[in-house]
Amino acid sequence: MDLSKMTVLVAGLALVAFILWWFFGKHQVSSGEAQATDGRQEIDILVDGGYTPEHVTLKQGVPATLNFKRTDPSGCLDHVVFSDFGINQALPQDKSVAVSVDTSKPGDYTWACGMDMFHGQLTIK
Amino acid sequence: MKTMTTQQRFIVSLIFSIPMLLQMILMPLHFQLSGGTLTEFILATIVMAVAGRPFVHSAWSSFKKHHANMDTLVAIGASTAYLYSIYAMLVGRPVFFEVAAIVVTFILLGQVFEERMRQNASGAVEKLLDLQAPDAEVIRNGQVVTVPLEEVQVGDLVQVKPGQKIPVDGTVTTGSSTVDESMVTGESMPVKKEVGDAVIGATTNQNGTIRLEVSQVGDQTMLAQIVDLVKKAQTSHAPIQNLADRVSNIFVPVVLVLAILTFLVWYVFLNATLSTALVFAVSVLVIACPCALGLAVPTALMVGTGLSAKNGILIKNGAVLESVSSVKTVIFDKTGTITVGQPVVTDVIGDQNTVLRVASQLEQLSEHPLAQAINDRAAELGLDATTPATDFQAIEGRGVTGKIDGQAVAVGNPKMAVDQEIAPELSREITRLQGETKTVVLVSQNQQVIGLIAIQDAPKPSSKAAMADLKQAGLKTVMLTGDNQRVAEAVAAEVGIDQVIADVLPNDKAAAVADFQGSGPVAFVGDGINDAPALTTAAVGIAMGSGTDVAIESGDIILMKNDLRDVATAIRLSNKIFNRIKLNLFWAFIYNLLGIPVAAGLFYAVGVSLSPEFAGLAMAFSSLSVVISSLLLNRIKVNRLA
Repeated sequence: MDLSKMTVLVAGLALVAFILWWFFGKHQVSSGEAQATDGRQEIDILVDGGYTPEHVTLKQGVPATLNFKRTDPSGCLDHVVFSDFGINQALPQDKSVAVSVDTSKPGDYTWACGMDMFHGQLTIK
Repeated sequence: MKTMTTQQRFIVSLIFSIPMLLQMILMPLHFQLSGGTLTEFILATIVMAVAGRPFVHSAWSSFKKHHANMDTLVAIGASTAYLYSIYAMLVGRPVFFEVAAIVVTFILLGQVFEERMRQNASGAVEKLLDLQAPDAEVIRNGQVVTVPLEEVQVGDLVQVKPGQKIPVDGTVTTGSSTVDESMVTGESMPVKKEVGDAVIGATTNQNGTIRLEVSQVGDQTMLAQIVDLVKKAQTSHAPIQNLADRVSNIFVPVVLVLAILTFLVWYVFLNATLSTALVFAVSVLVIACPCALGLAVPTALMVGTGLSAKNGILIKNGAVLESVSSVKTVIFDKTGTITVGQPVVTDVIGDQNTVLRVASQLEQLSEHPLAQAINDRAAELGLDATTPATDFQAIEGRGVTGKIDGQAVAVGNPKMAVDQEIAPELSREITRLQGETKTVVLVSQNQQVIGLIAIQDAPKPSSKAAMADLKQAGLKTVMLTGDNQRVAEAVAAEVGIDQVIADVLPNDKAAAVADFQGSGPVAFVGDGINDAPALTTAAVGIAMGSGTDVAIESGDIILMKNDLRDVATAIRLSNKIFNRIKLNLFWAFIYNLLGIPVAAGLFYAVGVSLSPEFAGLAMAFSSLSVVISSLLLNRIKVNRLA
C-alpha cells in the first residue's frame, strides 16, 4: 500500500468517525416557548432541514397556534403530522401555515414530517 | 425560480438529461454528443443548478441541525459524481457527468409520482366535509330564510325539501320522508324518517318535505366527528412501525458510512481506479431508500382506514389493526346487539284482533316494557284501541286489571291464572311457548282467559348470517347476557353461537371479558351504551354505532350501519390492511437489504453490479411501489368480504 492510499484510508476512516459523532453524538436541540398574548399563545416554527425550534413548550389551557413556515424545498417535509391530534397538514413552500393545537391535556407530544424522518416535540404544561 | 415545483424541476432536468441518456443508450453505436465532454459538463451543470440544488439546500439545512434525510443521500451522491467529473475533465480522465444528471432526473421522476399518489391517499377524508350543504333554510319569525351553514344554531327549525341535503344534525318535528344516509353510514338502503327520528347532516332527503329541530352544529355534528376520528386514525402510529422508526432514525448516517467504506475497500484494498471506487460509493448512496420505510405504514393506514370509513366501518387507530390480527374469539352482548333490544310480540293465541285490542286498551295505561310491545303490535294491525280501560289497577307481580264496557278484563303473567278459568289447550300452549323461552301474557275477560300473547326480544334478522360469517373466518363466537341460561341458550341455538355465558350482571361484563382474555385476546361487540367498560377491556372493542357519542368514545371499531354482519367484514378488512402494512414493511426492508450490497459491488465477482443511474431509478421506484401497494387496498371489494 503506497502512501497516498494510506492517506485516503486514514482520511476516510476519520470521515466515518466524524459522521458518527455528528449524527449520533449528543447535541443541543433548539427549543422555544410560545408567546402568550390576550389569552392566546403563538409560536413561529421554521421548517428547514428539520424544525427550528425543535422543542416547543406551550401553556396548558391557552389556545395555541403553531405557525409553520417551510423554506426547505424537500418533499420530505411537505406535511406536518401530529398523530395525537389527528393533524396532517400540508405545508406549501415559503408560506406560513397556522396549526391549532388542543392544549387541554398536559404532557409530551411529538410531531413529525409526512415520512416520519424529522421530529419535533411539544410539551404542554 | 426559487419555488419551482417538483414537477417543473423534473421537466427541466429531463430535458437537459435526454442528450446524455441517448448517448448512454446509443453507446454501442458510437453515438457521441457534439462538443464531447464540454457539452456534457454544460448540461449536467444546468441540471445540478436547477434541479439538483434544492437537494443540496435541504441536505445542508438538515446537516446543520445534526439530521440527515433522503435528500442528503441524493445530494452527496449526485455532487460526488459531478465534482469528480469536473476534476477528471480538468486532468483529462474519463468523466461521468451523466450519472449526476440522470440520478437527479430519475429521483425527481419518482417524487413527482409519489407526491400525486400521496395526495390520492390522504385526500379522501377531507372531501367528506365537502358533502355538507353550504346553507340551510331556517325558519325565523315564521319566515323561511336561507342562511349560511355557519349561522345555523342549536334549537333552530330548519326546512328540508325533497332532493335537498339535510344541513345539520337534528330531530324531525314535522313531516316524513326517506333519507339516503349512505355518505355517512355507508348504508345503501334509504332510511324512513318520521317525527321524532334523528337525522344526520350531509345526508340527502329524498321524497318528502321535513322540518327539523337542530341538535348539533359545527364540529359537534356526526359528520365532523367522523372526519375527526378518521383523521386521527389515519395519522396514528401502529406499534409495528416502531422498528421502521428506529431504523430510519439511523438509516442515512449508516448509509453514508457504508458508502465511505465501499469506496475505501474498492480503492485501497482492491486497487480499483479512483473513478470505479467512486461509482460504487455513489451507487450505494443513491440506491438506499429511507422513504420506502417511512411511507410503508402511514400510507397503508391512510388508505385502509379511509376505505373502511367509506363503508361505514370506523377503525380508530393503527394499533387496533394489530390487535385484530391476533383475535380468535368474538364475544357478543346479547340485548341490543344480537337481539333487537326491544321485546316484540311473536305469537298471539286465540282471536288475534280481540286479544290484542283488549290487551292494548288496558296496557295503554301501563309503563311496563312488555306493554310497549303489545301496543306497538296493536297499532301495526290498525286495531282501534283508542278508548282506554277504566278502573285500572296494577297487581304487583301478576299483571293489571280494569274494566272495558263494564266487563272485567285482566292482562298478566301465568300466576294470574289461579283465580281465572283457563281452557286446557291454552295451558298446553303456555308450556309450549315458555319452552321457546318466550314471555307469555294471559288476557282474560270476565274471569275467562280468552287468549295468550307471547313476547320475546327476538334476534336481529342478520344475526344468524353474521355468526356464520365469523365461523367461516375461523373465529369462536360467545354470547354474554344477564338472562338465565335457558333463555340464553335458546337464542344462541337460533343464531348459531358456540358458547353462552348467562346470568352475568351488567357490572360483571367487563370482568367476564377479562377472564376470556386470560387465554388470548378477544373482540367484544356491544351496542356502546351500557357496554363501555367491556368494550374498553377487550383487546378490540367493536361498538354498534347508530352514531351515539358513547359508542364513538368507547369502541376501537365502530360499525356505523348497525349491521352485525359488519363484525366479520371489519375483522377481515382489518386483517387485509394489517397484512398490507406487513408486506410494505417487508418490501422496504428487503429492498434496502438487497439493494445496498449489490450497489456496493459485493457481487461484482459473479457479474452482478449496478450503475448509479439504475440505482437511482430503483430507489425512485421503491418508494413509489410502496405507495402504490397501499393504494391498491382501495381495490378490495368490501361488500364481498363477509
